[in-house]
Amino acid sequence: MVQNLNYIPIHDYLIFCSALFCIGVTGVLIKRNALVILMSIELMVNSINLLLAAFSAYTNDPAGQIFVFFIMVVAAAEVAVGLAIIVVIFRTTHSIDIDVLNKLKW
Amino acid sequence: MNTIIALTVLGVAILFLGILKKNSWLLPTILAGIPIVLILTITGWDTNRHYFNDMLIVDNYAVTFNSVMIFSTFLIFMFAGKYYHLVQRSLDDIYAIVIFALVGCVLMTSYGNLIMLFLGIETLSIALYILAGSHKESITSNEATLKYFLLGSFLSGFLLFGIALIYGASGTFNLDGINSYVINHASHLPPIFKAGLFLMIIGLAFKIAIVPFHFWAPDVYEGTPTLVSAFMVTVVKTASIIALFRLFSTSFSAVKELWEPTLAILAVLTILVGNFTGLYQTNLKRMLAYSSISHSGYMMLAVIAFSHSSANTLLFYAFAYSVATILAFGVLILVREAKGNDLFTSFRGLAKRNPVEAFSLSVAMLSLTGIPPLAGFFAKYYLFFTVMDKGYLWLMIIAIVGSAVSAVYYFKPVISMYLEEGQEFDLKAGVAYRMSLLFLAILTVLTGVLPFFLINLI
Repeated sequence: MVQNLNYIPIHDYLIFCSALFCIGVTGVLIKRNALVILMSIELMVNSINLLLAAFSAYTNDPAGQIFVFFIMVVAAAEVAVGLAIIVVIFRTTHSIDIDVLNKLKW
Repeated sequence: MNTIIALTVLGVAILFLGILKKNSWLLPTILAGIPIVLILTITGWDTNRHYFNDMLIVDNYAVTFNSVMIFSTFLIFMFAGKYYHLVQRSLDDIYAIVIFALVGCVLMTSYGNLIMLFLGIETLSIALYILAGSHKESITSNEATLKYFLLGSFLSGFLLFGIALIYGASGTFNLDGINSYVINHASHLPPIFKAGLFLMIIGLAFKIAIVPFHFWAPDVYEGTPTLVSAFMVTVVKTASIIALFRLFSTSFSAVKELWEPTLAILAVLTILVGNFTGLYQTNLKRMLAYSSISHSGYMMLAVIAFSHSSANTLLFYAFAYSVATILAFGVLILVREAKGNDLFTSFRGLAKRNPVEAFSLSVAMLSLTGIPPLAGFFAKYYLFFTVMDKGYLWLMIIAIVGSAVSAVYYFKPVISMYLEEGQEFDLKAGVAYRMSLLFLAILTVLTGVLPFFLINLI
């Protein structure tokens, strides 16, 4: 597996993961639906996981892959809390559009 | 390590008490448990132990800051009984989550590895997302938690991407390993390392609420339940600043010229924007939110002027700031309950019937302004002295200007309480609550009069 990975230069991984990350960032910035924003954040996190795994394979250092597991666990916990928050918001406002939340400003 | 285990046990014990429906035992258990944790923490003094291949480092630096944070949490719990006295349901989950958030804070001060930094930040953040939304029926609390959650996990992504790039360049997550990599490659650092460094600054600046990543902070602090805001602006802020300080003082100190201008500009912006926007606030809670932003700007100065005395200055500053802010929140909780809001106009005529509360709030405000002989004055004095000592005269001048501007808004509630006429009302604080307020006020004065027991600690 690692040998197969090594056929692709590390720069390609870097560019690919950065592109995925930027797509995620764009999604967070332009979408108004809380669920889609959550999905975009997941895309960002997964691009980082891929990047860490690639770096880890290229430096022959397992720490990066271990970190990927930590990130997965944390991301799962975060999504659990996030979905609960979105459910609570839906109960009070009957919408998950983030533009209805404008009670607090300046 | 003892601290983390003890805190986790305490949190789980609180949850078990909730299962057993011993609701009246919750607060006494916490108020007895936290001092024990504090003692366990202090026994780590001078041991300098490293755990799990340097993933956790319990040095004097971690011990002192952990003690300050645990002590601040204890002070916040002194107000919890009064704050939640009308709530019928069991509060074991909220108390336990505060304790678990504190575990995250402890990880953030004693990490020796970027993995631990990330885990600490996330343990803290996930707990805070729940706490911020713990008033489920209140729409402002819902809004605060959604804003905090979306922005928090978004900016955690930047932090994580920064960590990944730094790992790609240096091949290690270990702080000392990164430091030796930086020393060996200081002249030709690859672009991905620099990009990673700046992404990490963005991620951490968000957690501390540094301008221009502060936009979430006033909304979230205002919408969050008051007791939790008190936790967020004191303990969480201290932990984030300490995490930044540890990272930059151990890993990136060899390439100071790379990050110093960025951090200096961010600190100056934070001080100016925080203080000038604070002038326009009409309610105390939001004003305290801006005050916390400007104070994180001051604490950033200690990171920039890194020297051996910096950690001490930061410790003293964090202590003085936390105690004064918790004191202000203590009075804020009472006024919000009596009047239903916390506009400055609600404070009119407070001093006539409630001298202790008025005195406590005045002490807090004067300490945050930096009036001698209170703790805040010496904190600012040592901080500005450290900054000037390292040759950053312009930073010091801006900090002093910001501090002078802040006096205008800190004096607003004091003037309302003592000078303006208003309807007389009684806050019905109860003796124990008044004693806690007085204790904090006396602590603020004492730390100011006798600053020496804190200033040469580390």
